[in-house]
Amino acid sequence: MPLRNDLDQLVDVKGGFISREIFVDADIYRQELDKVFTRAWLLVGHESLVPNPGDFYTSRMGEESVILCRDKKSEIHVFLNSCRHRGMKVCRYEQGNASLFTCPYHSWTYTTDGKLQGVPLHRTLYDGVLDREANSLVSVAKLCNYKGSIWATWDKDAPDFLTYLGDAKIHLDQALDCRDGREGGSEVIGVHKWVFPANWKFAAENFLGDTYHNPSHRSVDLIGIGPSAAAGKKGRRDDELEKAEHVWISFPAGHGVHSAIQPEANEYTESFLDNPILEKYFRHCFEERKRRLGEGARLLPFVGTIFPNTSYHGRQPRGLCAWHPHSPTSTEGWRFFLVDKDAPKEAKEYLRRYYMRYSGPAGMTEQDDMENWLYATAASTGTVARRYPFNYQQSMGAYVTDHPLGGDVSKQVTEQIARGFYRRWTTYMQGGDWHELLGSPAGKRQAAE
Amino acid sequence: MTTTVQDQDRQERAANATIERSAAYYRLKADVEDFYYHEADLLDDRRFRDWLELLTEDVSYFMPIRRNVKFGQQAARENTKRGEGISWFDEDKWTLTKRVEQILTGVHFAEEPLSRITHMVSNVQIGGARPDIGTARELDVTSRFLVYQNRVEYETYIFVGRRNDTLRLTDAGWKIARREILLEQNILLAKNLTTFF
Repeated sequence: MPLRNDLDQLVDVKGGFISREIFVDADIYRQELDKVFTRAWLLVGHESLVPNPGDFYTSRMGEESVILCRDKKSEIHVFLNSCRHRGMKVCRYEQGNASLFTCPYHSWTYTTDGKLQGVPLHRTLYDGVLDREANSLVSVAKLCNYKGSIWATWDKDAPDFLTYLGDAKIHLDQALDCRDGREGGSEVIGVHKWVFPANWKFAAENFLGDTYHNPSHRSVDLIGIGPSAAAGKKGRRDDELEKAEHVWISFPAGHGVHSAIQPEANEYTESFLDNPILEKYFRHCFEERKRRLGEGARLLPFVGTIFPNTSYHGRQPRGLCAWHPHSPTSTEGWRFFLVDKDAPKEAKEYLRRYYMRYSGPAGMTEQDDMENWLYATAASTGTVARRYPFNYQQSMGAYVTDHPLGGDVSKQVTEQIARGFYRRWTTYMQGGDWHELLGSPAGKRQAAE
Repeated sequence: MTTTVQDQDRQERAANATIERSAAYYRLKADVEDFYYHEADLLDDRRFRDWLELLTEDVSYFMPIRRNVKFGQQAARENTKRGEGISWFDEDKWTLTKRVEQILTGVHFAEEPLSRITHMVSNVQIGGARPDIGTARELDVTSRFLVYQNRVEYETYIFVGRRNDTLRLTDAGWKIARREILLEQNILLAKNLTTFF
């Protein structure tokens, strides 16, 4: 296992080199599961997947199966999906409604709030010994329903979710808030789940504002698949940000985003030209959002990653991704597709079709991402290859630290975000305390709050 | 739109009714098998534009996501539904044409270099014929597929499943008007679905 010093050598943020070992080494991977995935806040799901009491949705945290469940009193829980007796999964359905979770192995049953209820032959076999309360399903230490998205952590000492998000909040908000600027109000209309042979960090990094990989999507940009493609526009989305100033931001807790700030006039860019109803609807949303948010409406999202493994697409398409680790060289991708719950039927219908042709393993854009991640991982496993670290020197030093958006803000494509992500990854791997994990040694921004 | 989908689903269920195994049935079945072998050839020979010609202009091409559900809920909940939410594919001819155009750019890196793919089709059965088996202009056909994909050097994927098709007789011969592809996987065990089924 690498020691503290080894990790500092593997991740040379100052020099801009990061060892390939951290993307392929089995020991480092085991440590990630222990030191990153049991501490950081992880995306588990969305409240719209469990709308009614008794509803459940099985999800993952790190390599492990968890149950997202709304109990009889409508309170949301997240439990490890493993019986306290011999570990069998107590739920092997993806989604449904239950009054009890019954373990298929020895029939121990658990209520929807996780309490051990039924133990066959309890009086004869366990009377006076078995403490039911102490044998509840293992619950996460903390849970947060943030604008409908459900997050959890196994670390009881973790800061609350909003503190964890820090200044990345308003960027994530762009994916979670209604298109017309109202807070929250999204619903999940479907989930993609697939396994690809690449390290999970390639996916996380792809959404950390790695806009530099744009050329790999040339094919889809040439043919045009966006919401105005049938009307003759090329590209994979409407160019809403054509007049905007793009910003790439590295946040001290390891998050990173690529967002954009519209010019002061903040005029509507024609979009959704394929369908006059949608064009009118999204124009209305744009004006309404501007009216509601004023200056704040100038900020528009592109993509981002909330440390360690949650990514979002903010506009076209729109969704949340969880990159679940499977092995050093294998990842299970989950994408939750989002729409405004009260969007008109036509808009939902159009968006779901657009999402499908854009995203995931059947999506024309993201197929090319998967190809990159696979072969980047595979080519990094070699004995010789591992001697040569990846280059992360892009836009070294090209950022400001006094921008009102917080974090390290760059006006050009930059790997500063990736460098920040791996700096924070190293802190987790070295067992840093939460003060260090939030990246606030001077306590500057913390103190200001 | 909703009515149409429901009507079509009813048709699908009706397709399970057994048609009498007459000489006319077997003649038609042989035609359909021939059609499928031709289709497989076009795909495996990478004649994608020619393959598009086998689809009607109003084609609906659908691959649901298969889910693990409680016993008794299979019919209602196992598969995502055509016309709602997110599936692997829920496409029309425009999108399928885009997919072909993308491969033909030569820079769609998930299919550049091109994969080596073989489509096997078997278990072909005609479940419905309209107006009747002797003068059929429209057929409901079920089949199984086994698709082998080898990519670059070591990447290999095997896709196995069922297809529920509606074929329509046109001046240019049989065409696919509607296809449902049931891949026998829950979590997709492939990094990509770049092939057609």
